[in-house]
Amino acid sequence: MSERITISPITRLEGHGKIDIFLDEAGKVRDCYLQVVELRGFEKFCQGRPVEELPRITPKICGVCPGAHHMASSKAADEVYGVRIPPIAEKLRRLFYNAHIAHSHILHFYALAAPDFIPGAEAGPEKRNILGLIQAVGREEGREVLAHRGYAQKIQGMLAGHPIHPVSSLPGGMSKPLQEQERAEIEPMADSLVQFARKSLRLFEDLILSRKSSREMISGDTYYSRTYYMGLVDDRGCVDFYDGTARVASPDGSLFASFDPRDYLEHIGEHVEPWTYLKFPFLKSVGWKGLVDGGDSGIYRVNSLARLNVADGMATPLAQQEYEKLFDFFGGKPVHHTMAYHWARLIENLQACEELARLIRDPEITGEDIRTLPGKPVGEGVGAVEAARGTLFHHYKTDSQGMVQQANLIVATVQNNAAMNLSVKRAAERLIENGSPDEAILDRVEMAFRAYDPCLACATHHLPGKTPLEVRLVRPDGVVRTLSRGPEGEG
Amino acid sequence: MSKIKLAMNWAGACGGCDVSLLDLEDKILELSEIADVVYWPAAMDYKRRDLQEAPDGSVDVGLFNGVVRTSEQAEDAELMRSKCRVLVSYGSCACFGGIPGLANLSDREGIFSLVYRDTPSTLNEEDNRPSPQWQDNGHTLTLPEFEDTVRALHHAVRVDYFLPGCPPSRERILDAVNLIAALAGGEDTPPAGTVLAPEHALCRDCERIDSKKSDRIPRVVRPHEIRADSGTCFLEQGIICMGPFTRSGCGGLCLAANQPCRGCFGPTPTQLDPGAEALSAFGSVVGPRGEDFLTRAEMKREVGRIPDPAGTFYRFTLPHSVLYRSFAAENKDRG
Ligand code: SF4
Ligand code: SF4
Ligand code: SF4
Repeated sequence: MSERITISPITRLEGHGKIDIFLDEAGKVRDCYLQVVELRGFEKFCQGRPVEELPRITPKICGVCPGAHHMASSKAADEVYGVRIPPIAEKLRRLFYNAHIAHSHILHFYALAAPDFIPGAEAGPEKRNILGLIQAVGREEGREVLAHRGYAQKIQGMLAGHPIHPVSSLPGGMSKPLQEQERAEIEPMADSLVQFARKSLRLFEDLILSRKSSREMISGDTYYSRTYYMGLVDDRGCVDFYDGTARVASPDGSLFASFDPRDYLEHIGEHVEPWTYLKFPFLKSVGWKGLVDGGDSGIYRVNSLARLNVADGMATPLAQQEYEKLFDFFGGKPVHHTMAYHWARLIENLQACEELARLIRDPEITGEDIRTLPGKPVGEGVGAVEAARGTLFHHYKTDSQGMVQQANLIVATVQNNAAMNLSVKRAAERLIENGSPDEAILDRVEMAFRAYDPCLACATHHLPGKTPLEVRLVRPDGVVRTLSRGPEGEG
Repeated sequence: MSKIKLAMNWAGACGGCDVSLLDLEDKILELSEIADVVYWPAAMDYKRRDLQEAPDGSVDVGLFNGVVRTSEQAEDAELMRSKCRVLVSYGSCACFGGIPGLANLSDREGIFSLVYRDTPSTLNEEDNRPSPQWQDNGHTLTLPEFEDTVRALHHAVRVDYFLPGCPPSRERILDAVNLIAALAGGEDTPPAGTVLAPEHALCRDCERIDSKKSDRIPRVVRPHEIRADSGTCFLEQGIICMGPFTRSGCGGLCLAANQPCRGCFGPTPTQLDPGAEALSAFGSVVGPRGEDFLTRAEMKREVGRIPDPAGTFYRFTLPHSVLYRSFAAENKDRG
């Protein structure tokens, strides 16, 4: 008799999601589905709106990564109007955006990812949260985490005008300059963020990499998928969050494609499955071959590790040293170990903070020349950025008045949809041997998708709490056993 | 004083409302002194089952964010209503439909055929559509139904209080925390139906109000077309600002960033239908100065310069509006 395990609700991806794991008679994993059960249809109601309003509408797609939509949308709208923004405006956007990345990465690592390693899965669910982490590393450290997450949030708010949903970027540049007083307030925060980012990497080495069990999790083959990778790089080939050329690396590490994000339609297609509201982006030239990995399957991955895999290096000196360490540890590029996403995220956080410290000292940063007034719309534009969770494309077509006729959005988390399905299945296959997973094993399965930092995951552990996870072992005739997270463990 | 029981649920939402509650930081500790959070799927590990098993009316305060679109969200709304003594619409989506409410300019078929067929990156020769029930490789997989219309929470169930904002600002959330404290202490609370924000329009609190001199808008310009002066009323500069029609309470966040208000706090209490009122108000004030009245044709021409009136005046309130169905019907044919 076959069994079904349902994990619902899982950590959210743009809304609600669940995982169904089907077992065969021997209790081995047969099939696995990560389902997204919600859709809001932004592409539809962006139609008919003036394009300059989209940078204020599209951030409402996600309250965890609104900054990424604000930037991609502004860049697409710049292009629709064929306008080049003044250099100072670009610096302000980059300042804002690096703060956004730092905020997101700090939150994800400390609140969500780290508790799985420190204190670790074996510590049990009541300790496996940010409070347990703080207990393990010390209260002072805990306070520092909250303070620095707060700095990054504050810098974002100062630049963007709203602490959660940004408003200050519009076609042609920015709506307000940075005041000297604000600049002076940000400078010490940026410096402190750099120190904190370095410390976070030391913490990762001392408490995670140096421990045998967690080192095995990172470098073993439970969390491993051979896929393609995609990310933006600057003109030196370094990781760039705000802009750049899209690069795709093959599973063997060779350069597979390098393209202007404007040409994304030549490279990316989206497959539709009837059992989920979320589409499956894939590389067109390889093709959709179903949920399988390897070089013959068009599945690619985005987000931190993907960016490091495609780039030649980091854009800042301290982050570059850490980048080299990561690839030394794994013995070369690309790294297919999914848990390395966490490490890569910390390296990127260091780059974002170094960028903040550099930009805030730029003598031009408080300049007033922050807008180019656009003329008649050209009628089409693509804006791409690296969201914390991966490459994000906004593509708009407008009429001669700049009214949107078509909007196409390829969102970061969506691009990891296929890979998350793969990773969860693989982890389940390795970990569920005989049909009776226990709580710690479920945590390990859950870690497979947590590595991708699906949206709202970062909000999840901000409070002392646990990732919502429920597993039901279901026979065709009904629920036979339920495992759920709670202080009492099995419920 | 006994602790009260609090639940927070999200439906069709972006997560920003949940983040806004988390952003209270220090204050969230105060909240935890007066309230026990018994259900908060975005942040804590409590399951729908826990709430289902609680006796009806056993949760003191329920906060609900997001719109009601899918069958699962409608069930969640019913569930929260039956378990919570006091139910609060948290954020503009739950209060008025918010940005996702703009989807009512179309319907399920319009959204599905675009998202799963007509978007240029979609490659879907079999014309697959997400289906409430599907057999794959011998397994039955289910999805919640996607309804034709986006509803605000009070369209689905009775709501006691409304906390507007996208997301609600810190001050407003603290007001709500005070309300929760009042409930906990058995004190008097505002009558059901109260909106937990000031009654006056945003303009009254706007630093630019003194420059709002004339009652005419000489010409309509779009925000990217000029460098807006940071000290002058947007309407004086010709940029549509929803300040006169929008409830105060956000602290003028967008205005401080030198961007016009888009109305996320929803209408002031005197307005039946904010979008319609804004439309007629603008209709009578746009046009060159010095003219006492405009002919109907002139008026129409000037109003016609306002791009996308539906998406501007109903940016956050379309499902809440008495007019939205006609807008929806009108726009449906145009796609
Ligand atoms: S009201 Fe705004 S912040 Fe809240 S869920 Fe809706 S879009 Fe997000
Ligand atoms: S219309 Fe806008 S800018 Fe003018 S006073 Fe009102 S809120 Fe301020
Ligand atoms: S200014 Fe208007 S749109 Fe902006 S936060 Fe306030 S009410 Fe909302």
